[in-house]
Amino acid sequence: MSTSDRIGRFLREMGEALEAEHNPYGEKSFRVAPEQIRPVLEKLRRDYGFDLLLDITAIDKIELGKAGEPRFDVIYNLRPHDTGDRIRLKTSVPESDPALPSVQDLWKTANWCERETWDQYGIRFKGHPNLKRILNHKDFVGHPLRKDYDIKKQQWLSEADDLMDEMEKKRKRTSDALSKETLFVNLGPSHPAFHGAIRILAELDGETIRNSVSEIGYLHRGFEKSAEKGTYTHVIPYTDRLNYLSSVSNNVAYCMQVEHMLDVEVPRRTQVIRVILSELARIMDHMVCIGAALVDLGALTNFWFLFNEREKIYDVIEALCGARLTHCYIRIGGLAHDLHDGFEAGVRALLQSIPETMTDVQNLVGRNRIFLDRVIGVGVISKEDAISYGFTGPCLRACGIPHDLRKDEPYYGYEEYDWDVVIGENGDTYDRLWVRFEEVNQSVRIIEQALSSMPGGPVNVDDKRITLPPKDAVHGNIEALMNHFMLIMNGVAPPAGDSYRAVEAPNGELGFLIVSDGSPKPYKIKVRPPCFMIFSAFDEMIEGGMVQDAIATLGSLNVVAGELDR
Amino acid sequence: MGLEETVGQSALTTKIDAVLNWGRKNSLWPLPFGTACCAIEFMGVVASPFDISRFGAEVVRFSPRQSDLLMVAGTITHKQAVILKRIYHQMAEPKWVLAMGACASAGAFYDNYCTLQGIDQIIPVDVYIPGCPPRPEAVLHAVVELQKRIQNGEKPKGMQGAA
Ligand code: SF4
Repeated sequence: MSTSDRIGRFLREMGEALEAEHNPYGEKSFRVAPEQIRPVLEKLRRDYGFDLLLDITAIDKIELGKAGEPRFDVIYNLRPHDTGDRIRLKTSVPESDPALPSVQDLWKTANWCERETWDQYGIRFKGHPNLKRILNHKDFVGHPLRKDYDIKKQQWLSEADDLMDEMEKKRKRTSDALSKETLFVNLGPSHPAFHGAIRILAELDGETIRNSVSEIGYLHRGFEKSAEKGTYTHVIPYTDRLNYLSSVSNNVAYCMQVEHMLDVEVPRRTQVIRVILSELARIMDHMVCIGAALVDLGALTNFWFLFNEREKIYDVIEALCGARLTHCYIRIGGLAHDLHDGFEAGVRALLQSIPETMTDVQNLVGRNRIFLDRVIGVGVISKEDAISYGFTGPCLRACGIPHDLRKDEPYYGYEEYDWDVVIGENGDTYDRLWVRFEEVNQSVRIIEQALSSMPGGPVNVDDKRITLPPKDAVHGNIEALMNHFMLIMNGVAPPAGDSYRAVEAPNGELGFLIVSDGSPKPYKIKVRPPCFMIFSAFDEMIEGGMVQDAIATLGSLNVVAGELDR
Repeated sequence: MGLEETVGQSALTTKIDAVLNWGRKNSLWPLPFGTACCAIEFMGVVASPFDISRFGAEVVRFSPRQSDLLMVAGTITHKQAVILKRIYHQMAEPKWVLAMGACASAGAFYDNYCTLQGIDQIIPVDVYIPGCPPRPEAVLHAVVELQKRIQNGEKPKGMQGAA
C-alpha cells in the first residue's frame, strides 16, 4: 500500500471521527475526540499497518492563550515500521479529569510512553497495569513538564524504590513462582555492566532470571524542561548530551528539525559535512557499544583497540571544533564555521585505519568460541515484538527488517551514495553486534563518497533571520551590529504549530517534536529517544534466561543513559 | 590515619606514615561512579593514549569495599543522589572523592528540578575538575594533585575535623 493510498483509505473510512488539523508544516495531523481515540488507534494498528508507535506525549496548552479549550493535548506519533508515512493524532483532555484509555495492549512500547506522560504531565491512562513514575523518583510530587511547575523546584528522595510492588505483580502472573524459593538481586545502578544509570531487580532461581523489573530515570536531568527556557539556539548544547557517544547526530537531528520549521535548506556543502560527521559519529557510537559489550563479556583487549581508534577520530574532530566529546559544531542554518585545512587529510587517514581496527577486532572475536557461545541465540526478540516495542535502528535491523531512514526517508542526499543496509537474521545478541560491525564499514563507504563529492561554497544559509553577520561587518556597521544583537538575544522564531522529523541516528530513529507558539522560545520540545523504546523490551528479553545472558544482551542494545532518561 | 593515635608520636611512626602515604599515593584504587557523558571521557583516561596506570590508579573497582578513590563522573540527579551517598559510606577510610566535570561539581547547566547542584551537597569533595567534560589531562592533573596531598599527609576532606 503506498503512502497516499493508505492514508487516503483511512480518511475515507474513519473520516467522521477525525478532524484534519491545519499544520503549517504540511504534516499529517488529526484531531480525535477522546472517546474515539482508542478505536481509531486500534483501526490504524490493525487495518492500516501503522504498527510502529513512535511516541506518546502531551502539550500543556495553558500558556498558548486558548481560553475555553481543555488544558492538555495528548499526541500519538505513528508510522508503519517500513515507511516514512507519518501521522499524528491529537486529542484533548481537561485539567479536571486528564484521563484516556491506555493502548499498551496494542503496542508494547505504549506501556513506558504512557508512564512517562503520566509522570511528566499527570495524564492518567485507564487500564494501564503499572501507571507509576518512570523518570522522576517515587517521592516526587507534581508533574514537572506542566507549565506551572517551577523549573527550579527540586525535591529530595529519601531512599531508593525497592521495586517490590512491581515485582509482586509480576510474580503473581506465574503462580508456581510463589511456591519456589527464589532470590532477589539488584543489578545496578552502580554496576560495571549497567553503566551507572540503569537498574534491574531480578528474581533468581539459581542463575535463571524468573522475573525482572527495570528502573530508569537515574540520569533524568530535565532536558525537555530546560529546553523551554532559552532560545532555539540555546538548546543545541543540550542535544550534545543526549546520546553523548555520538553528539553530532543529535545536533544534526535538532538543527534539521528547526531548519525545516523555518523553511530553509542548508547549503549543499553543509549537507555533505553533516553527513560525514554523522557517519563518523555512528562509527564512534558503534565502537563504544561493541567495545563495552565485549568488556562485559570479558574481552578487554578489544576495548583498547577500539578506544585507540576512537581517539584518532577525536583528534580530527577536536581540530575541527575544539571539543572531544560534546562538539556543538552544528548551528541552525549551517555550521559554527567552515572546515579547517587539514580536515580532509585527517578523515582520509581515518578511512584507512578504521577498517583495519575493525578487522583486528573481528579477527579476535569472530571465531572465538567463548564469544560465540555467549551471544548466539541469546536475548532473542522476534520481528513482531521488536516492532511492537518500537525498535528502530540496528536493533530492528538485527531482526531482519531492512529499514533505515537514510534509505526510506532520505535526507542530505543519502540516496545518492552507494551503500547497503545491513540486516541480521535472528534478532539475537550476535546479530545486533554484528550489524554494528558491518555498519561501520558502510559508514566508511559513505564518508569516502561524501569526501570526494564535497562542493565548495558557503556553509551557512544566506538569511538574515538565521545566520549571524560576519564579524567585521558587526564591528563596521550599525545594521549588522543590530542584526547580530537581535539574533543573539532572540534567535529564530518558527511559525506557530508543531512539527516532527527524524534522522537515522546510531541507535535508530531520533526525532524532535517541537511545538512553537510563534515566539523565539520553543514552547515544548519532545525528543524521541530510540533507546528508551528499545530498553523497554529488556525485561521481556531476559526473563527465562541466565544472569550472564542479561549482561550480554544489555551490551548489545547500546542503552545510553543521556538519551534514555534525558 | 596515622599510627600516632595508638602508639603516640615518635620518629619511627613518622617514617612509617611516610611510607604508608607513599604507598597510598601510588596505588589509588578508583571506583568510577560514572553516570553520564563524563564517564565516556573517563574511559578515555583509562584507555592507552592517556593511561591512568602511569599514575598507579588503574585498578578500577566497582565495589566500594575495595576502593579508596571515588570518582564521580557525570550528572547526579536526586534519584541518583541516594545511591551515591550510600556508596560513599560503604567505602573504608581513608577515602578521597574527585568531582569530575561541571555537573558533579555544581550541576552544570542543568539548573532544574531534578539535578543535584553539585555532589558536595551530600558528600565531601577533595578535588573538583572543571570542564564539560574535562579533558583527560585535567583528570590526570587532579589525580596528581591528590597524590601530592596524600604524600604530605593531608587528611581527606571527609576526615577533616573528625579527629
Ligand atoms: S559535566 Fe558536561 S560532560 Fe560531564 S556529565 Fe555534565 S554535561 Fe556531561
